Amino acid sequence: MSMEGYETVIGLEVHCELKTASKLFCGCRNAFGDAPNTNVCPVCLGLPGSLPVLNRHAVELAIRIGLALNCAVKPSNFHRKNYFYPDMPKDYQISQYDEPLNEGGSLELPDGTVIGITRAHMEEDTGKSTHLGSSGRIHGAENSLIDYNRSGVPLVEIVSEPDMRSGVQARAYAAELRAILMAVGATDGRLEEGSMRIDANVSVRKPGKPFGTRCEIKNLNSLRSLQRAIEYEAQRQVNLLEAGERIAQETRHWDEAAGRTGTMRSKEEAYDYRYFPEPDLVPLVPEEDWLAEIAASMPALPKQRRQNLLDLCGADDQATKDLVATVVDRDLDPLVIEATLAGAPAALALARAANELDATAGLPSGPSFARTVALEASGTLSATQAKAVLGVLATRPTDDPEAVAKELGFEQLSDDTLLTTIAAVLEANPEEWARYRDGDDKLAQFFIGKVMAATKGKANGKAVVAELVARRG
Amino acid sequence: MTTAIELAAAIKRGERSAVSVAEEAFAAISARDGEIHAFLSLGQDHAMEAAARVDAAVAQGAPLGPLAGVPVALKDNMCTKGWETTCASKILEGWKPPYDGTVVERLHAAGAIVVGKTNLDEFAMGSSTENSAFGPTRNPHDLTKVPGGSSGGSAAAVAAGFVPLSFGSDTGGSIRLPAAYCGTVGLKPSYGFISRYGLVAFASSLDQIGPFTTTVADAALSMEVVAGYDPKDATSINEAMPDFTGALSKGVEGLKVGVCADLLDGAAPDVARRVAEAAAVLEAAGATLVEVAVPELKLGLSAYYLLAPAEASSNLARYDGVRFGLREERDDVVAMNTATRTAGFGAEVKRRIMLGTYALSAGYYDAYYGKAQKTRTLILHALDRAYESVDVLLGATTPTTAFGFGDKVADPMSMYLSDLFTIPSNLAGHPAISVPFGTGDDAMPIGVQVLAPGKRDDLCLQVAAVLEAGAPR
Amino acid sequence: MSEPLLTTADVAHVAKLARLELTDEELATFTDQLSQVLEHASDIAALDLDGLGPTAHPFGLTNALREDVVTEVSMRDDILAAAPAVEDDRFKVGRILGEAP
Ligand SMILES: [Mg+2]
Ligand SMILES: [Zn+2]
Repeated sequence: MSMEGYETVIGLEVHCELKTASKLFCGCRNAFGDAPNTNVCPVCLGLPGSLPVLNRHAVELAIRIGLALNCAVKPSNFHRKNYFYPDMPKDYQISQYDEPLNEGGSLELPDGTVIGITRAHMEEDTGKSTHLGSSGRIHGAENSLIDYNRSGVPLVEIVSEPDMRSGVQARAYAAELRAILMAVGATDGRLEEGSMRIDANVSVRKPGKPFGTRCEIKNLNSLRSLQRAIEYEAQRQVNLLEAGERIAQETRHWDEAAGRTGTMRSKEEAYDYRYFPEPDLVPLVPEEDWLAEIAASMPALPKQRRQNLLDLCGADDQATKDLVATVVDRDLDPLVIEATLAGAPAALALARAANELDATAGLPSGPSFARTVALEASGTLSATQAKAVLGVLATRPTDDPEAVAKELGFEQLSDDTLLTTIAAVLEANPEEWARYRDGDDKLAQFFIGKVMAATKGKANGKAVVAELVARRG
Repeated sequence: MTTAIELAAAIKRGERSAVSVAEEAFAAISARDGEIHAFLSLGQDHAMEAAARVDAAVAQGAPLGPLAGVPVALKDNMCTKGWETTCASKILEGWKPPYDGTVVERLHAAGAIVVGKTNLDEFAMGSSTENSAFGPTRNPHDLTKVPGGSSGGSAAAVAAGFVPLSFGSDTGGSIRLPAAYCGTVGLKPSYGFISRYGLVAFASSLDQIGPFTTTVADAALSMEVVAGYDPKDATSINEAMPDFTGALSKGVEGLKVGVCADLLDGAAPDVARRVAEAAAVLEAAGATLVEVAVPELKLGLSAYYLLAPAEASSNLARYDGVRFGLREERDDVVAMNTATRTAGFGAEVKRRIMLGTYALSAGYYDAYYGKAQKTRTLILHALDRAYESVDVLLGATTPTTAFGFGDKVADPMSMYLSDLFTIPSNLAGHPAISVPFGTGDDAMPIGVQVLAPGKRDDLCLQVAAVLEAGAPR
Repeated sequence: MSEPLLTTADVAHVAKLARLELTDEELATFTDQLSQVLEHASDIAALDLDGLGPTAHPFGLTNALREDVVTEVSMRDDILAAAPAVEDDRFKVGRILGEAP
């Protein structure tokens, strides 16, 4: 069965862990991966007598998120959301309820589509339980062990309007949101570590008809699973409807290995969170001056940064846009800009940054990247050589590219050797030389390859072409 | 009985040793606390060490804190590091907090010697100290009578002469009521004057720590020591404190005292008579008496018995058997939580948890919790209006003198009515003091209450000092 | 009266929400006693307070914030020592019946 005649409707709830030094309400370290229960204190363990005090920097990061998403930043009140759960130490979560800090914004996808943002509110994270048993899942486990290191880590929950219409679009939204959150310094965006967690609300309908019954999908640990899960779930719902069945509103779990969503067995009791204003905290009122200060400290957002690079390159073809997207996504645009300001051609700097640099392997310093690109542009280094030099600079960022080139044996061939080699290549391939002379320019590449092979990559492609052109007359 | 001020002075001058003072306190406790049961636990070893340190400091001429060598008792809902803190509940029996509350820290810094932790109604819920899981406290003036509650142990410890100074907590009258029943001074400070950090929460927006003393001057001194801003409590007031001790000698010449019928309505004739005499004492000292009606105060009882249980239902959720305190082991967590809470909480605590859960639950929030919060506003406005024409309000602390054991246990509503006159100050966050003023027809102590506007604890002390001087002997 | 009546079913529901188990006798007593308190509260339930805002705190404090500084040193050993059950430095509980909501 296909999706023919149906439209998928998607809204996303994204929980983002804020990159602060300390937790939201206490002075414990906010860190991932420490030994269990080392970063806990009376406050984040909910011990009797302890009291929360709000982290200023967490509020500032939350406001940055709100500003980046074009939200209205408003006075806000924390509430208690009451429910019993063992990984939640106080058995209530401190969260912003009907007065969120950020309300009513929007996010523009790279293709120009605008997705509405309902709200972006602050709340505290819970601890983490490990389930003992063969499955490692909650079901079937006889015991669970709880580590409260994550308890009280600041979160911002960003709720979108149900404005997305495909898994691909939801993925684009999540990717753009992640880029924005990282750009404003709010998070490291590591989905696999849980610092960004996505839940998807999915329903299907016939176009123009009211929204269908939605299911919430949890456990989406990558952008790829987000897209797959939505596509699977939408198809599942269409199949049900086509079979004349009803869709049950429920929470479903994405099973990455099986490639399907499954119903999550939850307690039969209906939740009644009994929200009320958190009496241990006082209202949060973002004053004008404070807001202005935060607004002034806002870094450029991905959309703006992409436009800046396109302007720099003076191009807006799709290939350039793709390179630009990659470069901005990896935070490499400052290197490209620096190289361009230092005189290297923007397009070449962009291509080298997009294809050759990888922050996880290390990055060259700005000046050495700029110099390498310039050497390639001037013909001093061949493309192959320039890439090899960048590879070395990744581990020795501030080294001099020319010294690295020398170390790699990339000395310029003497003119004599080059000319002798070219002459030998032409002699060995008379047929191709004849066609080239008759105007078949594509064969230049063939000759460059032959000369490169003969010189073990030391020849400069541009110099070869110049000689070929000169000999053709 | 020697006052805290006299003891501190004698120790400072070297006339008394802190060790002998502490020994005397422990001797008095062991002689008579068997029948009174003011204490749940004693800290003799630590107290004697601390007293010896004070004596060493005296010998060396080292600087001394204002309470150096003064024995102090703490209600057992204040966290003391490594020292059992039970809240008179089975659910916390044996629990040793890993930290000291702010008040405890400040008392240590002032040189006070903490001798023991005192009995209370379980989690401070009650007006008689009959709700302690570890047996009731008896009124030192008549062992067949209750000491009042919930800070009955702290009141009895001072009234019995065990210590000159103790601390309790007051959520709806829990300092002033037992102070009145036991014939001590009891002050409930302005909300936010004394840090709640380390006070095990009953109702966070109403709870306030305060002193029990034999003299008004000792109450002022203890405020000098423990009041003032604490960054660990977000509801703490970050302002300079009034001059508590300076207020003692100001007299009431020219002060307008509102004699408030709504703080007398329903009081027994002997109590009402004492309040009238107290008014006469103030008039004789130069105050002007003004009759004021604040009928809204009566609504406080209903508001209080919705708000306090609502907050309590959430504050007491954390006693779930997972991280500390009692656990009744069961195979699954829900059953374990339920068995633990069912076994660990007494009837009054369960009653209030259920009442509060109901008041917050879906469908009833607006009618109960919401209404109660607005009633709080109504009462605040009414008090503001009253204070436009008078400086302080005068009334009874309690409708009657101390009642007998078991008199009100079966009828919670009649017990709740004991708090009628004390509740408004908690709802308003205003200070109020109960001063001993003669006895009733049953020869039991009677307290009169002075209420002052927010942050004017100095005014309470100022008027109380005059009442103390003019009280019947 | 439009007052919601408190029934034993209400009290049973509330007890379940609060993770408390009541005997039949307790259920009856509590229903009675809680009804009395709610009856007393009908004085405020009947008030027209539409013009008034709620008071959560008396003095209208706002923005009580702390700086983003790590101030805590680990008290893991003390905290784990007070726990009812521990394994591998983590708090141990029995079966968890459902995912977090
Ligand atoms: Mg959330
Ligand atoms: Zn902490």
